[in-house]
Amino acid sequence: MLAHYAFIGVFFIAAASFPILPLIGAYFLRPSRPTEVKLDTYECGLEAIGDIWVQFKVQYYLYALAFVVFDIEVVFLYPWAVAFNQLGLFALVEMAIFLFILIGGLVYAWRKGALEWV
Amino acid sequence: MNILIMVIFVVLAAFTLAAGVMVVTVKNIIHAALWLIASFFSVAAMYLLMEAEFIAIVQVLVYVGAISILVLFAIMLTRHVTGEGVRQLYKRWWIALIVAAALFGVLIVPTVFNYEWAVQPSGAQISIASTVEIGTAFMREYLLPFEVASVLLLVALIGAIVIAFEERSTRRRVLTLAEEVEQRRQRNESLRLAPTTHASETSE
Amino acid sequence: MSFLDIIILIVKALVLALAATTLFAYFTLFERILLARFQHRVGPNRAGYIPLPGGRKLLGGFLQPVADAVKLFFKEDVTPALADKWVYLISPAFATIPALIIWATIPLGCWPVGGDGALPVGGCAPVGGSNFLQLAEISVGILYLLAVTSIGVYGIAIAGWSSNNKYSMLGGVRASAQVISYELALGLAVLGVVMQAESFSTAEIVNRQWGWWFIIPQFLGFIIFLLASTAEVVRAPFDLVEAEQELVGGYNTEFGSMKFALFFMSEYIKLVAMNAIAVTLFLGGWHFPGLYTLAQFVSANAGQWAGNAVFGLLSLGAFLLKVTLLSFLSVWIRATVPRVRYDQLMHLGWKVLLPMALFNVALTAVLNVLIPDNRVLSGVIALVVGALVIVGVAAVNGPRKPPASQVTLVKKSAEVVQ
Repeated sequence: MLAHYAFIGVFFIAAASFPILPLIGAYFLRPSRPTEVKLDTYECGLEAIGDIWVQFKVQYYLYALAFVVFDIEVVFLYPWAVAFNQLGLFALVEMAIFLFILIGGLVYAWRKGALEWV
Repeated sequence: MNILIMVIFVVLAAFTLAAGVMVVTVKNIIHAALWLIASFFSVAAMYLLMEAEFIAIVQVLVYVGAISILVLFAIMLTRHVTGEGVRQLYKRWWIALIVAAALFGVLIVPTVFNYEWAVQPSGAQISIASTVEIGTAFMREYLLPFEVASVLLLVALIGAIVIAFEERSTRRRVLTLAEEVEQRRQRNESLRLAPTTHASETSE
Repeated sequence: MSFLDIIILIVKALVLALAATTLFAYFTLFERILLARFQHRVGPNRAGYIPLPGGRKLLGGFLQPVADAVKLFFKEDVTPALADKWVYLISPAFATIPALIIWATIPLGCWPVGGDGALPVGGCAPVGGSNFLQLAEISVGILYLLAVTSIGVYGIAIAGWSSNNKYSMLGGVRASAQVISYELALGLAVLGVVMQAESFSTAEIVNRQWGWWFIIPQFLGFIIFLLASTAEVVRAPFDLVEAEQELVGGYNTEFGSMKFALFFMSEYIKLVAMNAIAVTLFLGGWHFPGLYTLAQFVSANAGQWAGNAVFGLLSLGAFLLKVTLLSFLSVWIRATVPRVRYDQLMHLGWKVLLPMALFNVALTAVLNVLIPDNRVLSGVIALVVGALVIVGVAAVNGPRKPPASQVTLVKKSAEVVQ
């Protein structure tokens, strides 16, 4: 079983050579004549002013939070999904309870406006 | 084969520790987050080494795919994060070191001395970590913890939303065009003056 | 494992990575020609053609991807002075590697080697042997695919951050939020298939679709998967990450030369890989009607090895044909649908697709428990219910006439300013 992960490891190394080799190859082929203007940060022709840390919306964070909670929920669903046919109706009811509690969370987030992009 | 696995384990363990040390020592907080992701990855690889495939994949899905994104967003929401010139060590760091070492000892000593390690007879097929068995265990032996987990997740979600909304209510909301127009009209009617231009603070 | 096996493995890994890269190169050409046709243009037709008698040209433009690659090799690569050098350097690799390693667990066809070497009946599970056209068969194959797609976003996020450019940063943050929002719907859509096949293994999922593609019992899941995967790879109409009007180039504004090419490549490889996953999960993978009968015929007349080889190559062909059809759909969508707004994107992900995907899981569970023995009946019920749900949701969320208050807004504000 572990052998197939070793296959993936080999493939990973092969895949890693695909971005790295062209980058090295291009390093020897391309010209390099940097000037001060070229090295400047691009901001539509104007001089870049200020930090890149503009104030980000708190919504991004809310989505990430909701995502973590629901992602863990989905992870809990995976083992159930492969076993539920052997477990029958009882497991279905159990999972329905689990899901209802979390759908309650989704409804709360929805009603509270946490999923709103204002 | 066993020696190979041992070598891989030592390399992974060393990398995990090195990445962990980098997380707490690098100045730039984004670099720290990237090192954290690297150490999560090598922990996943260690799970694989123990043939716990499902746990390994879940480690990547949850820790790398979800929690690290949350960490990155948390960093981005705070201003001035480069960490340059910020002192990284608390003055009495040695107390923390002693506490951490003591905690580690409390955990590791009983584990090493009391646990009866189940030694597999060589060649035996073990599948304790198979996904079907995890699913069955959730529905039978660990039913209560499983349902409690959903309540815990619900509480986490509600708590997070409540805290985030407190933060949001302190910020000024960006008005929509219709609201802006409505406000101006009301102001004009009350003051009977020509409208002045408002610069509305935008945020992304 | 002998020395020869290791050599074969390494060659296979390199060939697979090269194939994915070539697929990308020709997908760009495919897309450019199709977009041109959609817009009544000619498209690339100069670079490379086969002259025919009478001045006609065949296969015009088939060397265009090569020309593009050579051009990008010779472009100057500027690293902005304020960029975070090391992160800036590794971010293209961070984007490309996940896009490539997705392909490891997808069964591209069925060519049984080793073992008893018999033609596969009811699926591709050679006893004692392996499937030559699948690099790695792991028992959590589907979760591997999901995990790899979810880490793909880091390439974009750290590229956006490390360039120290406001546009790049906004693009990176937008991409992260978008990808995590659609990952839930994606994971739940996949869950329906997992419940149907009772396995996470990609090979097993394809085997279970012998004569009964999962698009029928999982029609709702298929539609959710298509939408969510389009958003997951930030493809039009969900490509807000690189909305030119707002963000210039998005996260790759500051990248040029080979680094830009790598980002471009990873985007397209991810798109094709997503289509390949959709084929594996819903469209029967390498299955194709009549394939088995043909291979059996060859096997009886020209020997078992020839039969296996024919089956392997034809099943690979069938797989690629289905991927091409889905890719055509992707290009068609790009040519037709305008880019959505960010609030619409989030609305679709959280308030439409997520509840729909949850409903799909519940529907699959109930149907499988109530009608465990009759897959045709339960499949048809699922298909009908799924289609009804899609029509209903589209009717509720579709475009509507704007309310009267918004229509008069321009006039009203004009009145106020006067």
